Amino acid sequence: MNETKIDTPVLQVKGLTKQFGRFVAVDHVSFEVQRGEIFGFLGANGAGKTTAMRMLSGLSKPTAGQGQVAGFDIVTQPEQIKRHIGYMSQRFSLYEDLKVWENIRLFAGIYGLKSAQIAQKTDQLLQQLDLTAERNTLVSQLPLGWKQKLAFSISILHDPEIVFLDEPTGGVDPATRRLFWELIYQAAERGISIFVTTHYMDEAEYCNRVSIMVDGQIKALDTPSQLKKEFGVSTMEAVFQQLARSATRNSE
Amino acid sequence: MKQFLAFVHKEFYHIFRDRRTVMILLGMPIVQIILFGFAITTEVSNARLAVLDESKDVTTQRIISQLDASNYFDLTRNLKSYDEVEPLLKKGDIDLVLLIGPHFEHELKHSGKVDLQLMVDGCDVNNATLLTNYAQQIINSTLRSDNLSAGTITPQIKLLYNPAMKSAYNFVPGVMGIILMLICAMMTSISIVREKETGTMEVLLVSPIHPIAIILAKAIPYLVLSAMNVISIVLLSVFVLQVPVAGSLWLLGSLSVLFIIVALALGLFVSTCVNTQIAAMLISGMMMMIPTVLLSGVIYPIESMPVALQYFSNIIPAKWFIMAMRKVMIEGVGLSCILKEVGVLCFMGVVLITASLKKFSIRL
Repeated sequence: MNETKIDTPVLQVKGLTKQFGRFVAVDHVSFEVQRGEIFGFLGANGAGKTTAMRMLSGLSKPTAGQGQVAGFDIVTQPEQIKRHIGYMSQRFSLYEDLKVWENIRLFAGIYGLKSAQIAQKTDQLLQQLDLTAERNTLVSQLPLGWKQKLAFSISILHDPEIVFLDEPTGGVDPATRRLFWELIYQAAERGISIFVTTHYMDEAEYCNRVSIMVDGQIKALDTPSQLKKEFGVSTMEAVFQQLARSATRNSE
Repeated sequence: MKQFLAFVHKEFYHIFRDRRTVMILLGMPIVQIILFGFAITTEVSNARLAVLDESKDVTTQRIISQLDASNYFDLTRNLKSYDEVEPLLKKGDIDLVLLIGPHFEHELKHSGKVDLQLMVDGCDVNNATLLTNYAQQIINSTLRSDNLSAGTITPQIKLLYNPAMKSAYNFVPGVMGIILMLICAMMTSISIVREKETGTMEVLLVSPIHPIAIILAKAIPYLVLSAMNVISIVLLSVFVLQVPVAGSLWLLGSLSVLFIIVALALGLFVSTCVNTQIAAMLISGMMMMIPTVLLSGVIYPIESMPVALQYFSNIIPAKWFIMAMRKVMIEGVGLSCILKEVGVLCFMGVVLITASLKKFSIRL
């Protein structure tokens, strides 16, 4: 989809490894994410997704291997990385006891946006999400689907090069999930790469490319249609099941 | 800097959006001081007096009628034997008992050694002190006006049930110590752990803001709140309870800030050890507040504790703060006299901050 854009990948890692004592959580993982790409990062619980994501977002240092995110080295420049990425977790990452606009202002302020910029971006964001009337509403009073949309929009407010979404749609109905994915597509069209983990296999179908992690290693990486062809099945669910069955680690 | 201010702002919102907590935080010190204070300063009026007069001479009659005539006491019983005293006190029918031995006037004139005893229920220490003091004053002034006694006589006061009497002044520094501990340690730890629980901490850690800035921004609102509490406690104690501040206000202020920092560090440390608000609450509430209340010398004098507990009480920051605060507020000493306490508090602060920063970064 974005193959036309000849550019350096926004994220590339080689031999990325994280070891806790004798336990190898992430085992020599290598992959790239292109600009504007929606990259699905799948794996059963305990496969090492979270650990890998923490290394990519500058939260923990790899035991071995190298990589760049948004043009910065994950070992030596984690602070610069933090400035150029967005992050949203399954728990929506908003402050429930702050109003909608206060949340926007807080996160815009954390990422160092200027006051004038913040005001303009706030209006724009509220309009886009159709939330202008809810400007002064406490986030705790918004429906779940709205909170997620708001959280996602805030996480890309500072125009990051890549945004990490850690199971962003946990606990919502399929209709709301579809609406959420529309936002993801919009962001990708603006050139923001999306790095998303999910448990829902229908969502895996929405990704440009999908990687499936088993026991700390990436066992498959391709477009959803290629993967289905390769495994000779008709759904991503079936692909995932075949790979997950080979796992030796427990889910905890 | 702007980042940081945005953050401090947010912390204030968290606190002030939660009305009940704010009311508790700001109201509690006032309520406690007033409660404690009025337990201390209650005027004695119409306390029920019983008398066992074995002399029945003119002087003893005068003493008794003077006591009865005062606003403070009402003579409600004339006792016939000593055996009646204890049951009356136990039942709470009587507040004060005056016992006069035989031949009072005679002894007073010749040997000067008289037999006069006041008995009072010591369970309520403050009240007991007041009653005996008033009674003593009335007795002395009666005798003086009669020119019967050159000096004053000292009645033998027997405080039943609670021989270890403590000063009323204990309460102001004590309440300060407990409240600051509660607000700083408990509220900080809960507020940090809440962010862990709701997942917002993760987002903050991924953001460019420095972890130390996150922690500092959390501490500042509680520092401000605690400072307000110190001020309200001092004002109340000076103007309402008439407990004067003998020492320097600067020293008092600096000492409070030092203790607040130690308590904040303790809260920070707790928050790095646990992952749920409930756990934070239990640890700061049960493991910190109860020892603070019981072992800091506010309720029970440290000197009368078992030796093991006396040693244990040394690790309680509030104990050192209360000791120093008492010296500054009541005795009016300067910094040179509280160097030991200040030193211990500084040491505790440094250890706690180092330990929690270490734990905090390991967790990353």
